[in-house]
Amino acid sequence: MPRDMEQYLRPGLTSTTFCPGCGHGILMGLIFRAIDELKLNMDEMLFVSGIGCAGWIPSPHFNADTLHTLHGRAIPAATGAKMFNPKLTVMVISGDGDLADIGGNHLIHAARRNMDLTVICASNMVYGMTGGQVCSTTPAGAFTRTTAQGNPYRPFDLCKLVVAAGATYAARYSVTQPFALKASIKKALQINGFCFIEVLSPCPTQFGRHNQLDTPVGTIKYLMDKCITKKRAKNLSPEELKNKIITGEFTNGAD
Amino acid sequence: MVRYYLSGNEAIAEGAIRAGCRYYAGYPITPSSEIMERISVRFNEIGGVFIQMEDEIASIGSVIGASWAGAKAMTATSGPGFTLMQETVGYAAMTETPLVVVDVQRAGPGMGQATRVASGDIMQAKWGSSGDYQVIALCPWSVQEAYEQTIKAFNLAEKYRVPVLLLTEEAIGHLRERIDIMKDIELFNRKKKAGAAPFGTKERDGVPPMPTFGEGEKLLVTASTHDSYGFRKTDDPLIHDRLVSRLNEKIINNREKIIDYEKYYLEDAKVVVISYGFTARSSLFTVEAMREEGEKIGMLRLKTLWPFPDGLTRDIGARAKVIFVPEMNKGQVAGEVRKYASCQVVSFTQTNGEVIYPDTIIEQLRRHL
Repeated sequence: MPRDMEQYLRPGLTSTTFCPGCGHGILMGLIFRAIDELKLNMDEMLFVSGIGCAGWIPSPHFNADTLHTLHGRAIPAATGAKMFNPKLTVMVISGDGDLADIGGNHLIHAARRNMDLTVICASNMVYGMTGGQVCSTTPAGAFTRTTAQGNPYRPFDLCKLVVAAGATYAARYSVTQPFALKASIKKALQINGFCFIEVLSPCPTQFGRHNQLDTPVGTIKYLMDKCITKKRAKNLSPEELKNKIITGEFTNGAD
Repeated sequence: MVRYYLSGNEAIAEGAIRAGCRYYAGYPITPSSEIMERISVRFNEIGGVFIQMEDEIASIGSVIGASWAGAKAMTATSGPGFTLMQETVGYAAMTETPLVVVDVQRAGPGMGQATRVASGDIMQAKWGSSGDYQVIALCPWSVQEAYEQTIKAFNLAEKYRVPVLLLTEEAIGHLRERIDIMKDIELFNRKKKAGAAPFGTKERDGVPPMPTFGEGEKLLVTASTHDSYGFRKTDDPLIHDRLVSRLNEKIINNREKIIDYEKYYLEDAKVVVISYGFTARSSLFTVEAMREEGEKIGMLRLKTLWPFPDGLTRDIGARAKVIFVPEMNKGQVAGEVRKYASCQVVSFTQTNGEVIYPDTIIEQLRRHL
């Protein structure tokens, strides 16, 4: 059934707004598959997003209630909807700039409150929509439109951040790990409490071109090389772990 | 009828509950905090949803989510917090989200004097967010009216799908007075129509029906320019102009229904005081005292500040010799009066963090008469 997922797409759409090589389409497909496998009813779900490329994953693509909020304010709006109508399954899908930079305070407070939300942070490590400026998730040394000499600052470890703030579930996967990512989304949708998944998503247009990764394949390979699972990371020395991104679950309230 | 003895802030909390408000998110700020404190206790009793958020931006942000989830929702703040909320006020105007924001005004700018009174946010309320939009702003002069106008604020928000701002002042918020609560109060709930376009209408009032999350309407809510079903249309000049025009016209064209005021001795008045909020109490005292001395003086008390009563001001300006506008700011409403009144307009301002006493107004009036 190759076109089964179309039922989750808003009718009338002919294309996405994503650039060639963008990973957000893969993430979108995996969210649909997770919903499909859990047999969730989209009419009982609410998808909240902020500003940026990732904010356009649910709005307008998802054939469900969507709330496209101000920059950084997806989590407060999701909190209000969930608090007033707890029957809604509320998922926040937004970017790293939106959730971690301008909305960072809301992120940690929602984790502290253990608000029953599933927050998916599509992280391309750069401000995509505004033209490729540095983000709080940009790796140290990476080139962007506002770090011509390389990013002088360290990136956030968002999973550690939300775990410290009290999240029930926190995981990180790359879209290059689709099966693990889909399983993680399914888990997050089933767990009560604050669930956070950082999804590394390639951005050849804005991140790639400033970092000698001009092609979609280049950025995919970059992520495949950079991301290693927790299991594999265990056997590596700190030197070997330098510049690697560890993927897997960082807290799992269901265990 | 039941009689209570309440502060203005407590009356606002009770008015909100009476209006059907069942979602409140807020952040503490003097001199508004008593509203949130009372709501937090009372919602436990009546089953409302209360949350203290991490800042004012989150407070009003969560009010947006709750409103679309079906709640009559409110937040309250004061000047600096009101400034933080302005981006979302514009968001609410663009997405036609009904909500109520109470601003218990204190002396600004900046942190100013947190426990002192002012009416310095009149223009912030009108112009605080980007672009062209309309809000409704009410301004009570007593604890009784703080209660009544809070209910009215919810009714107007639901009716016109617009953010409604209750611009009260520290002096009303912390004033204790007797209030009478009526049994029968008219309440308005947002109109609904399954399947109808939530962001466009051919109805004359210009207000589309509003669905709720979870009803299977597959809503697309965005403050980017959108068509009548919510699809983003960020490069279509016609759709943008049509949307922005309707958002403005649904308030402006209905302003005769929205605007509320009280006239005192205006029939033969050559000198007119236009006043609002706490200051109107001193103004009326002054006008009545001078009337007894035989002065042909009258007063217009504004209960609605936005939309501004342009036609009424024009009429009064055509008949009066001089209009006198005392305010606890640097002449924000006086400037608006000058836009419409053809007669002389005298602005009397006081920004010392204290209420304007009748003696001060009399002294100012005598200087100009």
